[in-house]
Amino acid sequence: MAPPKTPAKASFLDFEQPIAELIARIEELRFVQGDSAVDISEEIGRLEAKAQALTKEVYAKLTPWQIAQVARHPQRPYTLDYARHLFTDFVELHGDRAFADDPAIVGGMARFQGQPVVVIGHQKGRDTREKIQRNFGMPRPEGYRKALRLMRLAEKFGLPVLTFVDTPGAYPGIDAEERGQAEAIGRNLYVMSALKVPIVVTVIGEGGSGGALAIAVGDVVMMMQYATYAVISPEGCASILWKSAEKAPEAAEIMGITAARLKTLGLIDRIVPEPCGGAHRDHAAAAQSLRKALIEALRQVRDLAPAELVDRRSARLMGYGRFREQATA
Amino acid sequence: MNWLHKLLPPRIKRGEPGTRKGIPEGLWSKCPACEAVLYAADLETNLHVCPKCGHHGRLRARAWLDTLLDSEGRFEIGAEVLPVDPLKFKDSKRYVERLQGAREETREADALVVMQGSIRTLPLVLACFEFDFMGGSMGSVVGERLVRGVRVALEGQMSFVCITASGGARMQEGLFSLLQMAKTTAVLNELAAARLPFISVLTDPTMGGVSASFAMLGDIVIAEPGALIGFAGPRVIEQTVREKLPEGFQRSEFLLGKGAIDMIVDRRSLRERLAGLLTLLQRLPAPG
Repeated sequence: MAPPKTPAKASFLDFEQPIAELIARIEELRFVQGDSAVDISEEIGRLEAKAQALTKEVYAKLTPWQIAQVARHPQRPYTLDYARHLFTDFVELHGDRAFADDPAIVGGMARFQGQPVVVIGHQKGRDTREKIQRNFGMPRPEGYRKALRLMRLAEKFGLPVLTFVDTPGAYPGIDAEERGQAEAIGRNLYVMSALKVPIVVTVIGEGGSGGALAIAVGDVVMMMQYATYAVISPEGCASILWKSAEKAPEAAEIMGITAARLKTLGLIDRIVPEPCGGAHRDHAAAAQSLRKALIEALRQVRDLAPAELVDRRSARLMGYGRFREQATA
Repeated sequence: MNWLHKLLPPRIKRGEPGTRKGIPEGLWSKCPACEAVLYAADLETNLHVCPKCGHHGRLRARAWLDTLLDSEGRFEIGAEVLPVDPLKFKDSKRYVERLQGAREETREADALVVMQGSIRTLPLVLACFEFDFMGGSMGSVVGERLVRGVRVALEGQMSFVCITASGGARMQEGLFSLLQMAKTTAVLNELAAARLPFISVLTDPTMGGVSASFAMLGDIVIAEPGALIGFAGPRVIEQTVREKLPEGFQRSEFLLGKGAIDMIVDRRSLRERLAGLLTLLQRLPAPG
């Protein structure tokens, strides 16, 4: 099979080293093929098949901690990457009308399969400059308030909302606290839980705590196959409970952060398959898979009357939680 | 260590675990703010507010209920909702053991106690966090009890008041606890639709998943003097921004200045203040 399509140069995670070595050998052979008298294309083909099989094998048994690495992969598709593949006529809208435009959350209007929708998502940066500009995808209150404004816009004009979740968490900074980070997140939960248009949520990378949830209350909640969604990062959990961030792999295991586990627990509706070796290997294929899932999700909720939609969403929210009941004396 | 010891029932042998924390052990205690040495009984009658400097110490959930509610006509809501361990969570200790320990220490089954009652004959539902139960963390039981409290308020056309004291979401319940943020916040829409007041009283500390959900969304948001209130903890912020946090950062007075809360109310006058506000919001005559 072809080497990674989208990123110019693939970067590999620790546990992918065997794959990386094979790919490096393939590259080497390709390089010498030009001036070699012997035909080595067969050898290249054989190695490529082997790399493909190895990738499949490695990815078939990823641990939750390894999945967390894939979810944070620097070449993973971000909201605007999906937007390019999924939508036509995407028009970005800016600002919260009160303080600033937060580049860690992007949003706007677009057409999905020809139908107008409102798009909202966290946005990480690709290179160092953009990473800083987008604050590593960690929104400040104005980001959440921009998202809120766009949701109300969607409600006013009867447009479905598609959100894309990918953040380590809401920004823990002095300015964010000063401007009411907690209120901004809470307000979004409040408004989203009663919004009169369909909301389809997809966790595309990191679903980091309250900062993720603030745009993740919806009628259908989906996760990309190698995305994660958790109440706290594995590192954060480990440093609090084990007093050591090095226990992050254990924390990842026990918290239940993967799509598969959360589906089993009934906390998400659908897992969106990723191309072999993860979405970062082939953005277009990942987007195509997501497109199919979004079409089906929208079909499920599109025809519900607003009141019915809100009742259904509210009933889902009230159903979250596990406890036992015992008559008390 | 003889026959007499063996005869004693085990409960007595262990002593009174519930009194270990929250209630001062000795006759005297020291104010953590001004270091004044205070007579414990005085402190208790003064609602754990230092008579010298006004420092607000922590009040247990049931003490809050006793302080605020009229003594007649109280009914506990949601006591039948009890915690489970959905993830079989275990760090250095198993979650079930932590629950057990917290239960013994606080004599509560989880971190929220909800009661229907009245304040100066104004009926309401009052929910109080128990910080001593795993840091007042919000898991499934806290979420469900709060929702049941709101539903009782709806049925009886009563106001809903919540006293928060919480470090945030309960990690041991993973995503279940995160989703309690959405659940507890969503139910406020029902109160709003019925035009019933929700007053949120923030006490030290109100952080993370509790502040970033229903707690900041009261029709009126009150804080106690000097309470730590915010989304991220000060240590996390300090590590992120690598600078010293300004004096009084994330304290009630700071929040009032930033426009995040309506007022700061001394605990000793909270009952009167709540009664006044509730009558205003419900267009009732002033409390007599």
